[in-house]
Amino acid sequence: MLLYLFKRLIYTIPIVLGVAVVCFVLVHIAPGSPLDSVLPPDASQDLKAQLMAIYGFDRSYPEQFLRWSGRALQGDLGTSVATSRPVTAEVTRAVGNTLMLAALATVIGFVLGAFLGFIAGTFRDTWIDKAASLVSVIGVSVPHYWLGMVLVIIFSATLGWLPPTGAGPGGSGDWTWEWAHVRHMILPAITMSVIPMGIIARTVRALVAEIMGQEFIAGLKAKGLTRIGIFGHVVKNVAPTALAVMGVQLGYLLGGSILIETVFAWPGTGLLLNSAIFQRDLPLLQGTILVLALFFVALNLAVDVLQTALDPRVERR
Amino acid sequence: MAVVTHDRFVAEPVERSPSYWQTVLIRFRRDPVAMLAAAIVLALLLMAIFAPWIVPQDPYKGLSLRRLKPVGTDGFILGTDELGRDMLSRLIMGARLSLFMGVTPVFIALFLGGAIGVVAGYVGGWVNTILMRTIDVFFAFPSVLLAIALSGALGAGIANGLISLTIVFIPPIARVAESVTTGIRARDFVEAARASGAGALSIIRYHILGNVLGPIFVYAMSLIAVSMILASGLSFLGLGVKPPEPEWGLMLNTLRTAIYTQPLLCALPGLMIFITSIAFNMLTDGLRSAMDLKG
Repeated sequence: MLLYLFKRLIYTIPIVLGVAVVCFVLVHIAPGSPLDSVLPPDASQDLKAQLMAIYGFDRSYPEQFLRWSGRALQGDLGTSVATSRPVTAEVTRAVGNTLMLAALATVIGFVLGAFLGFIAGTFRDTWIDKAASLVSVIGVSVPHYWLGMVLVIIFSATLGWLPPTGAGPGGSGDWTWEWAHVRHMILPAITMSVIPMGIIARTVRALVAEIMGQEFIAGLKAKGLTRIGIFGHVVKNVAPTALAVMGVQLGYLLGGSILIETVFAWPGTGLLLNSAIFQRDLPLLQGTILVLALFFVALNLAVDVLQTALDPRVERR
Repeated sequence: MAVVTHDRFVAEPVERSPSYWQTVLIRFRRDPVAMLAAAIVLALLLMAIFAPWIVPQDPYKGLSLRRLKPVGTDGFILGTDELGRDMLSRLIMGARLSLFMGVTPVFIALFLGGAIGVVAGYVGGWVNTILMRTIDVFFAFPSVLLAIALSGALGAGIANGLISLTIVFIPPIARVAESVTTGIRARDFVEAARASGAGALSIIRYHILGNVLGPIFVYAMSLIAVSMILASGLSFLGLGVKPPEPEWGLMLNTLRTAIYTQPLLCALPGLMIFITSIAFNMLTDGLRSAMDLKG
């Protein structure tokens, strides 16, 4: 097991390096000077050159990359061009908010999705299966940003039950787990939960249907085991894969929250990314993408390792 | 004049067992949901193609006097948008860019990613290692993040949107193509073809592609729904398609300010994206079960 863990870690190193390269290249294919957005159009050449030197944009690309990744290893992602604040602080704060939202959404999605998948797989090819499958297809097909708008239209604009945007009094700075804040989370979390719900429902349905068709289930039935007893056996077989899918989905939601956060003005990484893009704040853009991608890599690693530890059938290579 | 009857010369058709694709078609036709989905997709495509001739009003011409008319207004069945342009006409015209932006990247990626995957799978060895490890790096980015980061860096515009979406879809397609090809390559008939002296190119062309294209194509089809949502999502954010072009995601964005005054109107463009993506998803599901593919 330790050896497996070690191998898996070693394998992650080139991926992380590749991710850093992609982040760097991605941001530097942007046309125009990186300071265009902050400098007035009539700024003197001297000032421009001076600022370029301060931010290190005057060096060659390989040199910039080495300096950036070297500092990133020490937790310093540079300085935002737009706000002059350290990128690391901005990203950390935003990641916390997004993580909170994405975790809640994943839990909602997992519970609903597992339930739908189980009943669909158990009552295969009945109307229950068809109805549950329809819900899961809707889950993966709905443009979530639109669903967010529709929920705002229903619950904020029409019924006035929940706030349409923001993170409550004092913004994200004074977040507490009180109703005044939590109510801001409900709509974005439900919107976000729809995607993992659909995917987990589909996965669980296929797994349950496959396991129910296996011989040992027939054997258990012949032995006289009750439905609930058989259910226990099915759960044990489905759980590792379902949990793995859930972990990966959490990663997808972390990275894919930008559209939902834009709709709800939720102060997370998505909103940060949005402002970085439109203010052409390259250090911030680069840092945010890097952190999100590394989160995703780490999550995948954790899922892999956990799955191997939990499920003795998974081969340890 | 004697009437020559050909009847006796007509050979009795031999009972042939239907070919693979005929079976697929028969199974597909028996699936009412898949047929409905196919009909919707066809209708959307026809709407996109003939849009300029079927729009009731000029989709670009607005009038400030008739801004944000509700659904059901005389002459503007689905109301008017924030600049007084006819909503129905813009929704119909919007099908062009929305479908184009959603479908094109998947097909380019099918071609490029398919090529990468088949080559990696067929050649194997260090070529495979280099290609697939590079692909792995792209898997470290959630697709939404990669699409938005790329088009955010490149800037708004149709071409940049297409490029970023294509890059997003190449890695998954390449990975599927690689694993299917590796599976086929190990089969005996490929070994037999190689033993009988067939060159690499003709083996790929006749033995590999014939068996690999089906699964890759269905996989790519399943990505169209995602691509539609992402493409419109880019325009929704202000990347991708620029105003005044009608595109569903962009329309959703510009109408956001009116959700308190005209809620129903604002929801319409998103409904179009939803219908399109669910139709593509159900079509793919039907195709997949008709082709008896797993996954």
